[in-house]
Amino acid sequence: MQLQCPMPILDFDIITLGHGSGGMLTNKLLDSGVFDLLSNDILDERHDGAFLELHGKIAFSTDSFLVSPIFFPGGNIGELAVNGTVNDLAMCGASPKYLSLSFIIEEGLPVKDFWEILVSIKIACEKAGVKIVTGDTKVVEKGKGDKIFINTSGVGTINPKANIGKKNIQIGDKIIVSGNIASHGMAILSVREGLEFDSEIQSDTTYLNHCVEDLLNNFGTDIHLLTDPTRGGVATVLKEIAEATAVGIEIYQKNLPIDDQVASACELLGLDSLYVANEGLFIAFVSEEKAAVILEKLRQDTKGRNAKIIGTVVANHPKQVVLESAIGGKRVISMLPGEQLPRIC
Amino acid sequence: MKYLSEYRDPELAKKYLEEIKNTVSRPWSIMEVCGGQTHSLVKNGIIEMLPDKITMIHGPGCPVCVTPLNLIDKAIHLATEKEAILCSFGDMLRVPGSQKSLLQAKAEGADVRILYSPLEAVKIAEENPEKEVVFFAVGFETTAPANALSVVHADRRNVKNYSILASHVLVPPAIKAVMDDKESQIDGFLAAGHVCTIMGNTEYHPLSTKYKVPIVVTGFEPLDVLQGILMVIRQLEQSKSEVENQYARIVREEGNLDAQKVINEVFEVRNQMWRGIGEIPDSGYAVRDKYAGYDAIRKFDIFIDEAPENPLCISGQIMKGIKKPYECSQFGKTCKPENPLGAPMVSSEGACAAYYHFSGMVEI
Repeated sequence: MQLQCPMPILDFDIITLGHGSGGMLTNKLLDSGVFDLLSNDILDERHDGAFLELHGKIAFSTDSFLVSPIFFPGGNIGELAVNGTVNDLAMCGASPKYLSLSFIIEEGLPVKDFWEILVSIKIACEKAGVKIVTGDTKVVEKGKGDKIFINTSGVGTINPKANIGKKNIQIGDKIIVSGNIASHGMAILSVREGLEFDSEIQSDTTYLNHCVEDLLNNFGTDIHLLTDPTRGGVATVLKEIAEATAVGIEIYQKNLPIDDQVASACELLGLDSLYVANEGLFIAFVSEEKAAVILEKLRQDTKGRNAKIIGTVVANHPKQVVLESAIGGKRVISMLPGEQLPRIC
Repeated sequence: MKYLSEYRDPELAKKYLEEIKNTVSRPWSIMEVCGGQTHSLVKNGIIEMLPDKITMIHGPGCPVCVTPLNLIDKAIHLATEKEAILCSFGDMLRVPGSQKSLLQAKAEGADVRILYSPLEAVKIAEENPEKEVVFFAVGFETTAPANALSVVHADRRNVKNYSILASHVLVPPAIKAVMDDKESQIDGFLAAGHVCTIMGNTEYHPLSTKYKVPIVVTGFEPLDVLQGILMVIRQLEQSKSEVENQYARIVREEGNLDAQKVINEVFEVRNQMWRGIGEIPDSGYAVRDKYAGYDAIRKFDIFIDEAPENPLCISGQIMKGIKKPYECSQFGKTCKPENPLGAPMVSSEGACAAYYHFSGMVEI
């Protein structure tokens, strides 16, 4: 991403412990441009907390972001932190409004990197239409962090037409995935130290709230459940849902949308794309009757142009997710016992 | 995906399955030697699609599963006590040693790194001259050339702080051990395509002649495996026992001579312990004396007492095809991927983990 805001001229080029002390250096860091960059009427009050006005039912979510490396193909930890909480709120059927933003910075982080992350945060907030209204900055000693950790929490108002919940899932529901799977995880892996490989794979990190709002406004309660398959990928999310609702889920390998390069990278590294993380993707359980029109509508949106119906909720094999392989065989999808580890050969 | 989707064609798969059904007239047991093929069988749901008369038996070809417990303990010792940077292929990390796994050692602060290439470990050694860097060189003949090359490369660049903890296993002696076991009832083999890519097919002719079994060198995609099974069945039905090459698009009769040369430069054949099976004569590679300085065992002179295996684990019988994972009293109960009693439950190529993850159609 290109820097659209020039970095302020400072008399320090790395962040040190003093910048998190709450004293003069902290103010110097924040006044140097952080507040200006993220400025809005609520944040500008600079009070201990934010004064918010919200009406009706609200959704509230929080997430912490630690990614290595912090800059990766297709994004950086800053926009990931905004999009992550925006999307979690969108998955509740809410319109995200306000976010908090907390940094835990490892001393030694170049100010130029911090600035680039902040600019990404600003841009991501503008795109998603949310405001950073409160925040915090702490600095830890070298070796006690990994460059920068970010936490965002957010609130949003629930769309009155939405009724999202696992309890709404019915036998016959169709399962839509909004785009190509496994891009984020493979983009990160392609630049991870020791595992680098040449590719043009980009993270899919993006905000999904507008796209989801559009669907909810048009199809309301025909959308039974929304969820974003981040860590653990599509397989883990579906297995969690099957376990929690006691329904069976069938998915079809031939329908799984995946970019050719991502699929090749997964093959080469011996990873199963169904378990690889996504950051700009959602899964929707929708009524059987409206599935086709919902899919058509979603595919008109840039965030959903690769969307596909990947599966069905079934009465058979309750709590089990069964995948029909490309050649028509069947296998059960389970949760991974831990991180997916690359195979030897 | 070019070169892959062609081998996953559902219509062709149907034709192969039909042809297998039409060919088979009585029960046959076929062992796929390689863990990669086990993975493909279960991942694609092939086992359930085969006629009942065909029983697939998952062989000992999972390098993670057969690496001796004692060697894992040594790797952990190097990482924790000797404070070496221990580099490894990913799926070795979760394998339980007698006390802990490498993953647990890493969580406790040991410098354990996942790599795809041993050459990367040499680079790490060059970048960290004050540290010892050890690559955990496990695998069949397939990974041996790269591991050997890392030693040659380190030697050429005079990287003295690099060594390998070698535990290489060889397929032909394993086939021999399986056939020599009185309890084994294997009628035919799918040999490991990638092992043969390196070593060629010549070692398999004496085996098929001696034991009167068909051996088909087979690839890993669903159509490869189906075609390999069909070729074995055709031979069995005609009472033939020959070596055939299903994976001809990759495997040459003589193998990859350059790769064999680098293996022979660094390694020599020795007796090898196989976890769960025991010692098999001439079934592994040891680092030659010429490169003793790159052999972690000799370099660090580590001795660790042999720890006993969990007596409830029947992994040896599983890997020799005598028992199926679900015939084990511990399968899915005390032994699960998150808490494995033995190695076949760890790697996705291990027969037990493969059954646990993918074949849950049978209620556990």
